[in-house]
Amino acid sequence: MSADSTLSKKSPPIAGTASSGETAAGSATAQETTAQETTGAPVTQGELIRFDHVTKRFGENTVLDSLDFRVFPGKHVTLIGPSGSGKTTILRLLMTLLKPDEGTITVGGEYLNHEKKNGRLVPASEKHIREVRKNIGMVFQQFNLFPNMKVLRNVTEAPVQVLGLSRDEADERARELLELVGLGDRCDAYPSQLSGGQQQRVAIARALAMRPKVLLLDEVTSALDPELVQGVLDLLRDIAHTTDVTMLCVTHEMGFARDVSDCVMMFDQGKVIEFGHPDKMFSDPENERTKEFLSAVL
Amino acid sequence: MSEISPGLWELLLKGVWITVQLTVYSAALGAAVAFGVGLARAHRLWIVRFVAGTYFEVFRGTSALILMFWIFFVLPLGFGWQLVPMWAAVLALGLTYGAYGSEVVRGAVAAVAKGQREAGIALSFTPAQQLRKIVLPQAWPEMIPPFNNLLVELLKGTALVSIMGVADIAFGASLVRNATGQSAPVYTVILLMYFVLAAVLTRGMRVLERRAKAGIGQKQPERTFPRRSRERVPVGGESR
Ligand SMILES: Nc1ncnc2c1ncn2[C@@H]1O[C@H](COP(=O)(O)OP(=O)(O)OP(=O)(O)O)[C@@H](O)[C@H]1O
Ligand SMILES: [Mg+2]
Repeated sequence: MSADSTLSKKSPPIAGTASSGETAAGSATAQETTAQETTGAPVTQGELIRFDHVTKRFGENTVLDSLDFRVFPGKHVTLIGPSGSGKTTILRLLMTLLKPDEGTITVGGEYLNHEKKNGRLVPASEKHIREVRKNIGMVFQQFNLFPNMKVLRNVTEAPVQVLGLSRDEADERARELLELVGLGDRCDAYPSQLSGGQQQRVAIARALAMRPKVLLLDEVTSALDPELVQGVLDLLRDIAHTTDVTMLCVTHEMGFARDVSDCVMMFDQGKVIEFGHPDKMFSDPENERTKEFLSAVL
Repeated sequence: MSEISPGLWELLLKGVWITVQLTVYSAALGAAVAFGVGLARAHRLWIVRFVAGTYFEVFRGTSALILMFWIFFVLPLGFGWQLVPMWAAVLALGLTYGAYGSEVVRGAVAAVAKGQREAGIALSFTPAQQLRKIVLPQAWPEMIPPFNNLLVELLKGTALVSIMGVADIAFGASLVRNATGQSAPVYTVILLMYFVLAAVLTRGMRVLERRAKAGIGQKQPERTFPRRSRERVPVGGESR
């Protein structure tokens, strides 16, 4: 798999393009805008995630500044950048834990925060958001397992309540997933009885149980004791290589990023300043700030 | 001064039963109000929060006694029917202690880690499912100790009803005292009765708390007086 992008560096970053006939950013954006106005639908070129001019502010602080990027199905994209550059914000926007101030996000061709009413884009209802959101799973830095449920229940509750699976079906699938993450024998433990690494594996199983198209991973190993990090990364590597789930991850583990990503995007000051295949990005970055950043972390 | 006859003792025991009933009914109403108002105070619609907040302020700021009189004497003027004193008392106590309890519910719900709700959102639970499956089960054990305090307060608060002629413990006590002229034994006995009732309630709540905590994988609540504190770490700069 490679991000066969023949783009000029100015066009919106495309993680693993399907088509190579892209033009430079200016004209592409103009075309899209026209298309959007005439058909009332975003131009979907098979991309799974698409940010269009997304701006996010916290008070005076503009964290994302008219951000554009796309991610194609099955690709693994790593977001890197200095602390405070908005990586977490991007994932939280996708997870609808935050709302963009401007711009639109689409997931699988559906607007995430908007709905079309009489040909106009209006803020989406809770229900619409929930529907689109079912495509997205997230693993948090702090695991956030439900302490009031045993491990198995943590994994089955959402499939049962949200997807409407029967208990038996959900149990069976959860056991498979827990087996996959190496915790098949801890179904009856409470999260508080597990190590951080084990909790994070359960959290990964819990997210996968919803069969998401996209998995968001925000520094999922940074709360772990050093000796537990590798196991979790190996698991994620496994998942990346054996499933077709799309991954969007924020990580400081550059070795991992190099192994699994199809595309690395470097953020700074609310913009994507450089992106490309990890081999290129890590060995021969072009942007000065990328060079500085990478020399500090590698 | 005359002896306290068995019949008079029986009067006191009947009083205990009335007090227990008052406590149970008021607590049931109070709990319903506490959850309703407490959750409404954290609702995402401001109007719901506003109404619930107003309820809380009003009922916290009025005395249960006056409210009881008001329900008993003033309400009938408007509605044309009068509650029996017992139910007027239950209503007054339940609404008042429910307001206090709403603060407990609101606080405990707010204290559930933010990440828990976020995980709920990430799994596409509806707000109601998040509340039922995630937030309340975690908040509940935290509510029990303050609820216990309120419950004991409520128990003692039920003595107000004797003013309206409901034959609870306090009412029985004044009857017996009037009949025999013996203040000391009578009031000592009812002091003990309230104490025993409160102890029973507290015991029950402890059991509830332990169950609730076990149900979410936590260990027993800490002892009131720890035998030894393991977590005390000497802080630098201590000179003794
Ligand atoms: N809820 C919030 N309220 C106000 N400001 C916020 C909030 N969340 C994030 N910010 C600000 O937004 C900016 C971007 O934060 P974000 O968490 O996305 O950065 P990040 O790239 O994930 O950084 P890190 O590598 O440290 O995790 C920061 O300046 C932060 O202070
Ligand atoms: Mg972050």
